[in-house]
Amino acid sequence: MQWETVIGLEIHAQLATKSKIFSGASTAFGAEPNTQACAVDLGLPGVLPVLNEAVVRLAVRFGLAIGAEISRRSIFARKNYFYPDLPKGYQISQFELPIVGKGELTIPLEDGSEKAVGVTRAHLEEDAGKSLHEDFQGMTGIDLNRAGTPLLEIVSEPDMRSAREAVAYARKIHQLVRYIGICDGNMQEGSFRVDANVSVRPCGQAAYGTRTELKNINSFRFIERAINFEVARQIDILDSGGEIVQETRLYDADKDETRSMRSKEEANDYRYFPDPDLLPLELDEDFIEEIRAAMPELPGEKAARFCAEFGLAQADAAAVSGQRELAEFFEVAAGVCGDGRLASNWVRGELLGALNKAGLDITASPVSAAAFGGLLQRIADDTISGKIAKQVFEAMWRGEGDADAIIEAKGLKQITDSGAIAGIVDAVLAKNTAQVENYRNADPAKQPKMLGFFVGQVMKASKGKANPKQVNELLREKLSG
Amino acid sequence: MSLDEETTRNIAHLARVAMSDEELAHIGADLSRILDLVAQMDKVDTHHVKPMAHPLHMAQRLRPDEVTESDQRERFQAIAPATEKGLYLVPRVIE
Repeated sequence: MQWETVIGLEIHAQLATKSKIFSGASTAFGAEPNTQACAVDLGLPGVLPVLNEAVVRLAVRFGLAIGAEISRRSIFARKNYFYPDLPKGYQISQFELPIVGKGELTIPLEDGSEKAVGVTRAHLEEDAGKSLHEDFQGMTGIDLNRAGTPLLEIVSEPDMRSAREAVAYARKIHQLVRYIGICDGNMQEGSFRVDANVSVRPCGQAAYGTRTELKNINSFRFIERAINFEVARQIDILDSGGEIVQETRLYDADKDETRSMRSKEEANDYRYFPDPDLLPLELDEDFIEEIRAAMPELPGEKAARFCAEFGLAQADAAAVSGQRELAEFFEVAAGVCGDGRLASNWVRGELLGALNKAGLDITASPVSAAAFGGLLQRIADDTISGKIAKQVFEAMWRGEGDADAIIEAKGLKQITDSGAIAGIVDAVLAKNTAQVENYRNADPAKQPKMLGFFVGQVMKASKGKANPKQVNELLREKLSG
Repeated sequence: MSLDEETTRNIAHLARVAMSDEELAHIGADLSRILDLVAQMDKVDTHHVKPMAHPLHMAQRLRPDEVTESDQRERFQAIAPATEKGLYLVPRVIE
């Protein structure tokens, strides 16, 4: 039988606040255990949660970014379950009336087309603590620093039809939350966590199959592998006449497999009810409009503007606008050198190449955007060739100064004096009389290819400093003659 | 509406309340009477009433995003049954 895969994702994005969602304890990562867990986070008797304004603003910003309905009134609910890293015995979440309603997002597909994926809702909730299962006197250790950390849970429609699409969607959300500055997106530290609901159904059938929920996926690569494994597992069971059990499964990256975590029947009985400790959250138009007015330019908008302003091709514009900091770097560099295409090529080529090699993020680039633009400006005004510019860039990367200082100190300025270039060309031709002879006797159609040899020799003789365009012109002229 | 023993047992389990069979029967009857009252209220026509999330007609106040709490781990852990290396210790949880 032919099977169709159906995937929906639940993404937990940790909101970038200084303090927790309902208490004034710090959310900084990496503190000593339990030093950032206050009475509210510990669920001690008599405490009351008070909602953090920044959490609300960040959630609204997300809603606006995906064109979703922002609830003018939303409520908090208690989700009841028992686990030692949840001291209150319930998690404060939103169930009915979440803060962000239906929205939509477009993902790129492999064939170059696009697909709309629905976002069902996004709601606010608090994170739980962390259980450490190493042996502590035969017991489990609990660190509640993470308890009460604000999360935005973004729930998609079951719109994805392959692991690749699921990854494309997750990447898009990841890009967006970082772009609008609501989440740092750090997957290793757990700031961005992805759960996947996966099911299969016979092609052509409208009803969904029984789904399983995959947890513990902490990289984009693993999302794809976990889903592919799970789809194959389900199809195997169904093809041999079995039935899928609705359950939570854990992805084990080392073994590249999913395995059952717990039966969901019991765990699913969360007995949600409105939290009497928290009043309904009401947002007025002014509050929402203020956030809308302060929205940063989104990746798609930026790409379109780069096409129009700098004459970039669409793919190039998308590449440089994908990360906000990269887009800002590009824009500064393009402004300084006055040539957007040149800046786009160099940012995507030399700069990103060097950053990748060094394992650095754009924000940690040793060469600033303005300095990088300064280098490109010297290519644009013919002071140096692209090839020499690579040398200068390497020197800048090593911290040897700005482009002009390096060009001056190393004497890299391009030779544009045609008399000087002609002298070098003449010397090269005199030294290679056999090749000159060959060239002159060759089929004119083959000559352009043969010219490369002479260009190479002249560039070598000039230590790369001769203006390539002039070299080409002079050579053609002299060889034909 | 009458709760059967099975349902009462499940509710007790969800609440992690240990109960003898005798207590279960007793509690089951009590809960059933509460549900009867709910069923009685259910008969009132409320289609024109907006569902209420909170008895107070007020909206949630928001606090500024500031760290106002300092580390009081020692005081909190002084009342914990077991701790080690700053962690609270609980009976082993097997995933």
